[in-house]
Amino acid sequence: MSVPAAFDYHVAKSVDEAIALLQQYGDDAKLLAGGHSLLPTMKLRLAQPAHLVDLGKIGGLSYIHQEDAEVVVGAMTTYTTIEHSDLLRRHFALLPEGTAMIGDQQVRNRGTIGGSVAHSDPAADMPGIVLALKADIVVQGPKGKRSIKADRFFTGMFETALQPNEIVTEIRFVLPAAHTGSAYTKLANKASHYAVVGCAAVVTLDHTGICVSASVVITGASVRATRASKVEAALVGRKLDEAAVAAAAANAGDGLNLLGDIHGSKAYRGQMAVVMARRAILKAVERA
Amino acid sequence: MGVAGMVGSPIKRREDPRLITGQATYVDDIKIHGMLHMAVLRSPYGHAHIRSINTDAARRHPGVVAVYTAEDLKGAVGNIAIAVPLGKIAEGMGARGALAEGKVRFFGDPVAAVIAEDLYTARDARDLIEVDYEPLPAAIDVEKAMQAGAPLLYEEFGTNVAFGMHPPTDEIDKVFEKTKADGGIVVKTRLVNQRLAPAPMETRGVVAEYRKASRSLTVWSSSQIPHLLRNILSALVGLPQHQVRVIVPEVGGGFGCKLNIYPEEMVSAFASMQTGRAVKWIEERSENLAVTIHGRDQVDYVEIAATREGKVTGLKIYGISDLGSYCQIFTDVIMIAFGFPVSCGAYDIPTIHLSADIVFTNKAATDAYRGAGRPEATYIIERAMDQVARELGKDPAEVRRLNFIKPDQFPYKAATGAVYDTGNYEGALDKALAMVDYKSLRAEQVQKRAAGKLMGIGISSYIEICGFGPKGSAPVGLYESARVRVEQSGTVMVYTGSSPHGQGEETTFAQIVAEEFTVPVENVMIMHGDTDSTPEGRGTYGSRTTAVGGSAVFNAVQRLKEKMKQIAAHMLEASPADVELEDGKFSVKGSPQKAVSFGDVAAAANLSNTLAPGVEPGLETTVFFEPEACVFPFGTHICVVEIDKETGETEIKRFVAVDDCGRQINPLLVEGQVHGGIAQGVGQALIEGVEYGEDGQLLTATLMDYAMPLSSELPHFELDSTVTLTTVNPLGVKGVGEAGTIGSTPAVASAVADALDVAHVDMPFRAEKLWKIIHQL
Repeated sequence: MSVPAAFDYHVAKSVDEAIALLQQYGDDAKLLAGGHSLLPTMKLRLAQPAHLVDLGKIGGLSYIHQEDAEVVVGAMTTYTTIEHSDLLRRHFALLPEGTAMIGDQQVRNRGTIGGSVAHSDPAADMPGIVLALKADIVVQGPKGKRSIKADRFFTGMFETALQPNEIVTEIRFVLPAAHTGSAYTKLANKASHYAVVGCAAVVTLDHTGICVSASVVITGASVRATRASKVEAALVGRKLDEAAVAAAAANAGDGLNLLGDIHGSKAYRGQMAVVMARRAILKAVERA
Repeated sequence: MGVAGMVGSPIKRREDPRLITGQATYVDDIKIHGMLHMAVLRSPYGHAHIRSINTDAARRHPGVVAVYTAEDLKGAVGNIAIAVPLGKIAEGMGARGALAEGKVRFFGDPVAAVIAEDLYTARDARDLIEVDYEPLPAAIDVEKAMQAGAPLLYEEFGTNVAFGMHPPTDEIDKVFEKTKADGGIVVKTRLVNQRLAPAPMETRGVVAEYRKASRSLTVWSSSQIPHLLRNILSALVGLPQHQVRVIVPEVGGGFGCKLNIYPEEMVSAFASMQTGRAVKWIEERSENLAVTIHGRDQVDYVEIAATREGKVTGLKIYGISDLGSYCQIFTDVIMIAFGFPVSCGAYDIPTIHLSADIVFTNKAATDAYRGAGRPEATYIIERAMDQVARELGKDPAEVRRLNFIKPDQFPYKAATGAVYDTGNYEGALDKALAMVDYKSLRAEQVQKRAAGKLMGIGISSYIEICGFGPKGSAPVGLYESARVRVEQSGTVMVYTGSSPHGQGEETTFAQIVAEEFTVPVENVMIMHGDTDSTPEGRGTYGSRTTAVGGSAVFNAVQRLKEKMKQIAAHMLEASPADVELEDGKFSVKGSPQKAVSFGDVAAAANLSNTLAPGVEPGLETTVFFEPEACVFPFGTHICVVEIDKETGETEIKRFVAVDDCGRQINPLLVEGQVHGGIAQGVGQALIEGVEYGEDGQLLTATLMDYAMPLSSELPHFELDSTVTLTTVNPLGVKGVGEAGTIGSTPAVASAVADALDVAHVDMPFRAEKLWKIIHQL
């Protein structure tokens, strides 16, 4: 049986207390949310934090509700809760759809949206979804709260715009305009079931069926969830029939800092970005 | 539960309530007062000299009781013995001590063991051991490892080839020439059967407890072979057999990988003998993937000759078996002893030529994994039959039909020397073809192809050899045993030398006893897995337990039944010849009212107050069953796939299996075995594969990288069976533990090649590989 190296375990009762612990222990501390990324790496001793700050006992960080024109999701909300939320299903089809593709039921029962966003695993599904929905990520630090646009949040492989003593507390999604559809498609790694390539797509059409806005994000293929700006530009202003979508999606691999490993070469990932993008966009259009 | 018709009844497994409610005891549940814990330091290199090992810091670490290296074990712990040596491997080549000495030969090779008060301390101290390695180039590709100049695992022998078998080819050459001269064909192909990790849900584990006062060692191990483990381990640590007791508690899957003795069992036993305290070791998942034996890993060059009509005239196989770095107990014989005898599969092939090289590489040892040699042999012949059909433009089902051994040819002596017991191969094929509606399916395929879709249909008509084994098939008799006792209460206690670990013999053996004694199945207890209470047995593997162990149980029951008839006859004042047992009652033929119950006879025998003079009290007997011959299950699997042109992903649309394992004691359990077998077979075909880098690093070291199929990725299995009894055991049973694995892999391979309209693609059929073929990249 694998066991982690020794660490001190701290139960934070509030976000403020968690921040104080981060300030106290600095780089020696790690935050524990659902733990399904962190604990395996600790058991393999790839991560050996001296202090573990458990966020699980902080009340009031798990919720999904509407506030005016936004739906807000608490950072400690589990994937399972998201997967079964009627409110999210009504407005953001790809969020429950993509969440249902994460890991297995046991992982989804523990894993949290805030944990996944803060971890910024290049092959995780949630960063791509959050980015495609152009969410605001609310974080709290010693100086109080601030909100970071998803487009500025995911900065690299396991890297985000979070400052050392900041904690993700909430994700805010603006309610979509009328005739908006969204979808998530994924070519899964058959071992880990992380994305070899995933695509999150959101499109809004006008009453004539012309695309007025598009948000397309590729995950898994490169070092971080990445917006496919060329694809988006090629969609907007067009009637999205199969040919138009295929033409636009052909750019999905452009500009990606592609990864290659035993689960998919760079060339394969690049081409699968195109395939996944086309399929996700077509499905989103169908739902718009 | 009724009694009559117990054999053949699909009752639920009696094992399951405790297993699915968490009330079963596995090795890790064994906790002994004062128990120590072991952590094993392993090589991070595939091949390296050990210059020095410094354990000082680890020894000084608070809570550490001992640190052992090969040096400490010298003279105290022997090398792992090969169970069935081919006899031609040079002495010392592939020999394995418990801890690596001077050199490490694969990623994960154990180098040192830390014994500490708790697991965390042991694990922490492991990081304090300093080993100075001199990394060496590694021999990873088996064909390159055979070449001159390859890095050598055992330098003193000057080669990595452990053993070669190269008989003259004159006869097969003539057959090939004649076939060609007569207008026939010879098809050549190279097939790779990739390396797999057995990866049972429960990893290996051991608790060793030595009591100095009695010089007795008790070992709890997650094993398939309690008696063999006791016999081998006692010799390795220098204790008489009667002072070693092996207890196998619940085992969470074996698939062959627990049919072995491993360094950790040896070192923990040694450590307990040294410290006088119990020592526990539970394998980590990543250790399991790296150091527990792997399966398959064979490269085959195959030539098959056939007439224009498709009748096969000759088969030539040159097999290269990748042994990995050491000989575990069956490593050397998997291909030659288990695979080669069934090279011709279900077909009447007059001339067969088999040659082989078995070769060491810097990888984990290979050994028995579900099917062990037979999946590889089946894959070879089934891929070859498909290629004959393709070359001749014939339907693969019809080419198979033309070549089948016919029902009236049994017992059939194959050109390999194997003698097949019984079979009706065409019957199973026809049933499977009817189930898929083969004609319509081929018509659908034509339509789909016209529409640009990649649909494929694959057929595999497999046979298996199991029920090991007849006298002389191994250096030790491969019998099984049963001790059966009818107690005063009428309860029947059965102690079996077999060691079921998921196969469900606590249920099926009880069904056999219940049927024969005409008592409720609830009154039959099946005990196994403790060498102190069960008679000597060889364990559970190779689909042998019901055929061999079940037959021992059956024969023991017959013996006791005769004695009970004698006792009943005395009670009924009748002749034993006139007494019959029916519905739980012994009665006199012709006058059923004159009867005594099974329980009355059991009580009489055990109380010994009404027995006739000279009748020995008690009802207990021990029977050993050594089969006269092997059994040959068979069947046909048909797989229908569709491949996504854009991604290369394969979806199994249908999977039909018709299996014949002889008499079915419990059809529900037969189905369960087939389900699991197909899942593992499909796993090999589509996604599984252990991969090493050229330097010997293991690339599939966790389940994040080693893929296995999920139930949600598998189709609904459409199952049926035929029943062809065997004549080599009293139950008429064959075996079904491995059939699903053996039959399914070639069916998927056949379907994928058919979908792509190519002669052959090597497994696994991962999406990117097929995508490249589809797009000719």
